[in-house]
Amino acid sequence: MINVEEVRKLAQLARIDMGEEELAKIAKEIGDILGYVDQIKTVAGEAEREVSAHHNITRDDNQPNSPGQNTETLAAEFPKREGNLLKVKKIL
Amino acid sequence: MNKFENLTIKKARAALDAGEFTAVELAEYYLNNIKAKDGEIKAYREVFSDVLEQARLADEKIAKGEKAPLLGIPFSTKDNILIKGRQAGASSKILENYHATYDATGIKKMKDAGAVFVGRTNMDEFAMGSSTENSAYGPTRNPHDTARVPGGSSGGSAAAVAADEVLAALGTDTGGSVRQPASLCGIVGLMPTYGAISRYGIMAMGSSLDQIGSFGRTVDDVETMFKVMYGVDRHDSTTIDFKLEDVPKGRKMKVGIPADFLKVDGIDEVVRKNFEESLEKLKSLGHEIVEIKMPNLHYALAVYYILMPAEVSSNLARFDGIKYGLHTSGDNIIQDYFLTRRDGFGPEVRRRIILGTYVLSSGYYDSYYNKANIVRQSIVKDYENAFKEVDVVLTPTAPTPAFKIGEKSDNPLEMYLADIFTVPINIAGVPAISVPSGFKEVDGKKLPLGIQFVAWKQKEGNLFRIGKDFLGEE
Repeated sequence: MINVEEVRKLAQLARIDMGEEELAKIAKEIGDILGYVDQIKTVAGEAEREVSAHHNITRDDNQPNSPGQNTETLAAEFPKREGNLLKVKKIL
Repeated sequence: MNKFENLTIKKARAALDAGEFTAVELAEYYLNNIKAKDGEIKAYREVFSDVLEQARLADEKIAKGEKAPLLGIPFSTKDNILIKGRQAGASSKILENYHATYDATGIKKMKDAGAVFVGRTNMDEFAMGSSTENSAYGPTRNPHDTARVPGGSSGGSAAAVAADEVLAALGTDTGGSVRQPASLCGIVGLMPTYGAISRYGIMAMGSSLDQIGSFGRTVDDVETMFKVMYGVDRHDSTTIDFKLEDVPKGRKMKVGIPADFLKVDGIDEVVRKNFEESLEKLKSLGHEIVEIKMPNLHYALAVYYILMPAEVSSNLARFDGIKYGLHTSGDNIIQDYFLTRRDGFGPEVRRRIILGTYVLSSGYYDSYYNKANIVRQSIVKDYENAFKEVDVVLTPTAPTPAFKIGEKSDNPLEMYLADIFTVPINIAGVPAISVPSGFKEVDGKKLPLGIQFVAWKQKEGNLFRIGKDFLGEE
């Protein structure tokens, strides 16, 4: 139902490095799961495009945090930091 | 009997206010139990170092006559709920050594109500599992039989309460992760109406399904915790202006049984028998039992295993090794992502991310994700129709009692079936409560069973009333 090459592509999209053994194992397991969930395809009915009761709520752009209020708390969690900057590898 | 044994919030509140014992003594009782038992049970990921200090502060406030519903009462919380400054890791390697930078709204409200936090509990990694075996730090054991699982994903919280290693605890419930372990550990577990309690500060798994749930020894315990936590929160736009209805004592209810749904394969015969006995008990208490038709519940688990992984694959994209948590360095920044996620995520999390990526990919989106949303609407309609006729719907909480550690871990699909009765409730966004209903004896061990009452949105009042009635509380 789903082959190893497809799983390899999905793993690329999901940014997870996977070995051959795991790719094969996941292909089999996902095949089983898809075999089970496929039953919903037999349910009749088209989407009544109901409008969700939820809607986006935005706050007014005011009352900012004072400068630096959360900087140390957040920066302390950086895997790599230089001063208050988050250090990453160069992109270009 | 030790005066601290199997306490409820109500009894602890009365005893603390009357000066029968102090918050420090109460906290010491649980810390001692943890010391004695948790080496085997492994309910905790961490016991906080300042528990007695928190309790001492609570004692000072009590001495001053301050009143707060949870003042001085010890709670534990699941490892995916944030407490500012403390570690929170969702039992995943990818968040090793991560410290929460803010309080979850539920935690903030518990703190304001005076709660003492004892520790954070073990769970299936990122709440993905039904046994707590998917924790990156090893499984938790069921206090009723340590060869068996406590259920999951909030298995650590359930086991901690059942082993009397804390008075009550918080969990999260996306497809049964509070109710199923409550059932397997013989305690009460509540999953509220979607939107009743803010999701701010809980690690997102399936955002359209997740809720904070409560574990306690009594219905009154989980009701008390729920009352502290619910309400609109500006940090979570899906929260609702919840109104809790007080259902008076003595109210007789109409209980609906979705008989066709209960014919599914894989239900333990003792679970069936116990369910029939529970119906008899409800009848003898004056409640009316009626059979109802809910034809779409059969599809709930299939719908869940499309929508949930889709949401998982999106929500877990944030764990990239750049901003916080684990970082595995590669040759370039894109390799950093691949290697960090390889080292950080366990097998079940990877499986669900890949499955979610598949059902959302172009070409399959309509036949899976969209179709699942259509069927989801039919399931909601089933509940809507049912609650025109009845006050609550009743099923067993889980198809079997606690299973053995390792029994299902090689077969993901079989593990998923452990949630067959709990998943439809999250799909519909309605509330449910699991209450203990008896035991199955296996090899001289008494394995707890539970039944699950379900109500319409914001009808938690019905659940609390009939739950108390069933357990003979008050």
